[in-house]
Amino acid sequence: MAKIIVVTSGKGGVGKTTSSAAIGTGLALAGHKTVIVDFDIGLRNLDLIMGCERRVVYDFVNVINGEANLKQTLIKDKRVDNLFILPASQTRDKDALTKDGVERVLTELAKEFDFILCDSPAGIESGAMMALYFADEAVVVTNPEVSSVRDSDRILGMLSSKSRRAEQGLDGIKEHLLLTRYNPERVQKGEMLSVEDVKEILAIELIGVIPESQAVLNASNSGQPVIMDKDSDAGQAYLDTVQRLLGETVPFRFLTVEKKGFIKRIFGG
Amino acid sequence: MYNAAEAVIIIAKALNFMSEHSLELKGSLFPLSVLHCTDVSVSTLEPLLSAKLAQAPGFFYQAPIVLNLQDCQQVPDFVALKHLFVDLKLVLVGVTGASPTIKAAAQQAGLAALQAGKTTSAKTNEAPQAAVSPQQLAPSTMDSKIVEQTVRSGQQIYAKGADLIIKGAVGAGAEVIADGNIHIYGSLRGKAIAGASGDTSKRIYCFNMQAELISVAGNYWLSDSLQGEFWGKPACIKLQDDTLVISELV
Ligand SMILES: Nc1ncnc2c1ncn2[C@@H]1O[C@H](COP(=O)(O)OP(=O)(O)OP(=O)(O)O)[C@@H](O)[C@H]1O
Ligand SMILES: [Mg+2]
Repeated sequence: MAKIIVVTSGKGGVGKTTSSAAIGTGLALAGHKTVIVDFDIGLRNLDLIMGCERRVVYDFVNVINGEANLKQTLIKDKRVDNLFILPASQTRDKDALTKDGVERVLTELAKEFDFILCDSPAGIESGAMMALYFADEAVVVTNPEVSSVRDSDRILGMLSSKSRRAEQGLDGIKEHLLLTRYNPERVQKGEMLSVEDVKEILAIELIGVIPESQAVLNASNSGQPVIMDKDSDAGQAYLDTVQRLLGETVPFRFLTVEKKGFIKRIFGG
Repeated sequence: MYNAAEAVIIIAKALNFMSEHSLELKGSLFPLSVLHCTDVSVSTLEPLLSAKLAQAPGFFYQAPIVLNLQDCQQVPDFVALKHLFVDLKLVLVGVTGASPTIKAAAQQAGLAALQAGKTTSAKTNEAPQAAVSPQQLAPSTMDSKIVEQTVRSGQQIYAKGADLIIKGAVGAGAEVIADGNIHIYGSLRGKAIAGASGDTSKRIYCFNMQAELISVAGNYWLSDSLQGEFWGKPACIKLQDDTLVISELV
C-alpha cells in the first residue's frame, strides 16, 4: 500500500521544498520506490532543487487534463534509483488542480510507488488544501518562530478537519513535526523558540530537527538534495529524519550550541 | 429580574404529512433565548436590553427571542416591541407564559404563542426577582460538548446551551465558546468565552493559563490583564459581583 505524505506548513519559505527533496531522496536511498509531486503550480521549484529543471517536458496539470500520461511525465532521477519527480506547471495557476484530477493521478501513482510525497504550496488556499486532502501522513515544516508555529497550528487544524480522512471519518492523518532552520545559538540567546517550546505548543510528535546550514544553500545552488551531502549537518539531520519516518528510533542531534573543539579550547578561537 | 439567557427547548408537535409535491412538516428542537422582564414596555426594555447586548456584542446578533410574559398584566404594544427588536438586531419569534388575552393579541401581531418546556412550567407564582435560577436551567445546560483533540489556530467551537470540555489545548488564534462552563485540560492560548448567552454563574477552568482573551457573561479580560501570578498555571476564572476573579486550581 502506497503511503501519501504531504509536506506542508502554512507559512511560506520555511523549507517545504528543501525537505520534500531531501526526504524523498532519503526514502529512495533506503530502497523505497518514491515519487515527489510538486503541488506548487505556477512557482515550479522542486525541479530546480532536484536539478532536473531542464528535463521537464510535461507536468502535473498536463496529466490531469489528459494531455500526457504519467509515463511520459514522470522524471526519473539520474543519481538515485527508485526516485521520480512529478513536476508542476509554471504556466498555469493553482486552480488548474481539481480534486477529481488529483485523486486520479494519486490513485495511479499508488499502484507503482511505496511513497508519494506531496510538496505543498504555502498558504491555506485551494492549492495547499489539494496537497493535503488525500494524505495519510503529514510532515509539518516549522521554523522556530512565533508566526511559523501559529501557521503550523492552523494547518494542523485543517489536517484534522478538511482532509479526506477527516471527511470520511477514517483514522486521522498521522502528523509529524519537522523543525527546520534551527539555530541553537539564537535559541540560547532567546531570539528563537526552542525545540521544547514548539513541541509544547503544537503537541505533535517530533520527526526531526534540521539546523540552519550553509549546506542547504550549497545544495540548492548545485541542484542536489542536501541529504546527499552526507558530511553536512543538515544532510545528517535529514537522514535521521527519514529513519524516524520509517519507524526507527534515532537520537536527536544538532540541538545544542557546538562546544569549542580541543584545539580551540587550548589556543582560544 | 430579567433573564435574556433562559434557553428553552421548544418541542414542536410532530406533524408529518406528505403530498404529491412532497411537502414535509416535521417537528424539531431548537434552542431559543427567552427574555423575561417584569415590565415589557419599550421604554423600560430598550435601555436594559441595549446594555445586556453591549456586554456580549455579536452573540445575540439576529438571535431568535421568545418573550416570557408570565408577569405581564396588561397587553403590551406588540407592534412597538417588534420594531424595537428589529432595531436591536434581534428576531422576536413569539411569546410564552401569556394570559389568554395577551396571547390573542400576540397572535394578532403575527407572533407565535409557545408552550414553555420544563424550565418555566415548574414555576407558579414566585416573586419576579426569583426568575429562573441556574438550577432551573439544568435541563438545557447540563449537556456538554466534548472535544477530544487540541483546538487549533483559526478553529472556533461553540457549545450552545452546554458546557464545553476540551481534552487538548486551545491554540493561539483559536476560539472556544460555551453558554455553559468551559474546561480545558491543556493550555489555553486562544480565547475562551463562557456564559456566552449571559449566564453569570459560568466559569472557565484551564490547566495552563496563557489566554489571549477570557470572558464570562460578556465581562472580559485581555491577555495583558492575565499576566502575573497565574500566567502559565492551572487557573479558574469566575464572576464575582460583576468582576472577573482568577484563582488557583488545586
Ligand atoms: N536548514 C536550512 N538552512 C538554511 N537555509 C535553509 C534551510 N532550509 C531552507 N532554507 C532556505 O530557505 C529558503 C526557502 O526554502 P524552501 O524553498 O525549501 O521553502 P518552502 O517552504 O518550500 O517555500 P515556499 O513556501 O515558497 O514553497 C531557501 O532559500 C532555502 O535554501
Ligand atoms: Mg516550496
